[in-house]
Amino acid sequence: MPRPQDNRPLSPFMLGPYYRFQISSLLSILHRITGFALAIGLILFALWLWSAAYDEQLYLDIMNLASSIVGKLFLFGWTVAFYYHFANGLRHLNWDLGRGFKLDEMAASGWVVIAFTGSMTVLTWVLVMKKLGAI
Amino acid sequence: MSEYSKSPLRSNLGRVRGLGSAKHGARHWWLERVIALALVPLTVWFMIALIGHLLGAESSTLQEWVAKPFVALTLAALTALGFIHTRMGLQVIIEDYVHSEGIKIALMLFKDACIFILLAMALAGIAKLHFSGIIKWLM
Repeated sequence: MPRPQDNRPLSPFMLGPYYRFQISSLLSILHRITGFALAIGLILFALWLWSAAYDEQLYLDIMNLASSIVGKLFLFGWTVAFYYHFANGLRHLNWDLGRGFKLDEMAASGWVVIAFTGSMTVLTWVLVMKKLGAI
Repeated sequence: MSEYSKSPLRSNLGRVRGLGSAKHGARHWWLERVIALALVPLTVWFMIALIGHLLGAESSTLQEWVAKPFVALTLAALTALGFIHTRMGLQVIIEDYVHSEGIKIALMLFKDACIFILLAMALAGIAKLHFSGIIKWLM
């Protein structure tokens, strides 16, 4: 039995034709997307720890998969997701203190998050590649 | 006379429960923030270890690392808080996008099953790596 409250209109989604594009809405949905990507990454995290303790063959399979091209692409994606979610999470915690809500402050902190994500991802992968002897 | 009796607009039951229309207080919101804050140093520590010596390492290297009490405890804390943080995040995503009550409940249960199974696997792994690492060290 449909209830009247089930048919109430929802506000339009923040991205798309209904609103002018703003950096705030893009960064907001990216927080959710990266968080979800990291949630998927936890499957690998759990299997990694489990297999190291209980299943050597599975551990070797995971290592092989992770060092393949596809595996590296996923790890790169998770690196981006982690640094983004980390920095934007700090941005959220700052908002929770009631600070940084002015439009220019909000845009500036958004750009800081983007710059942090980019530079930390590059730094991480330079270190990783160096360690693996690729550069 | 308690201070609550000055507020005649709340029913006795509502007063006892201490809950508003959302059916719960600020506890969930606050816990989300506390856990997120705790994850800041924990994830930094883990990333440094990962890049420093865990990436592509053999399982024996991982075992040696987790044999240290500080590492085992910190890794367990990171694991537990990371999964709880993830559970809270997934809950909000499901609440926001799934409007059919049946599917919503099914997804919530599926999410919890995944979270708790993976959490148990990770913690069991940490525990075994830790103790077998210690035994190896003693021998």
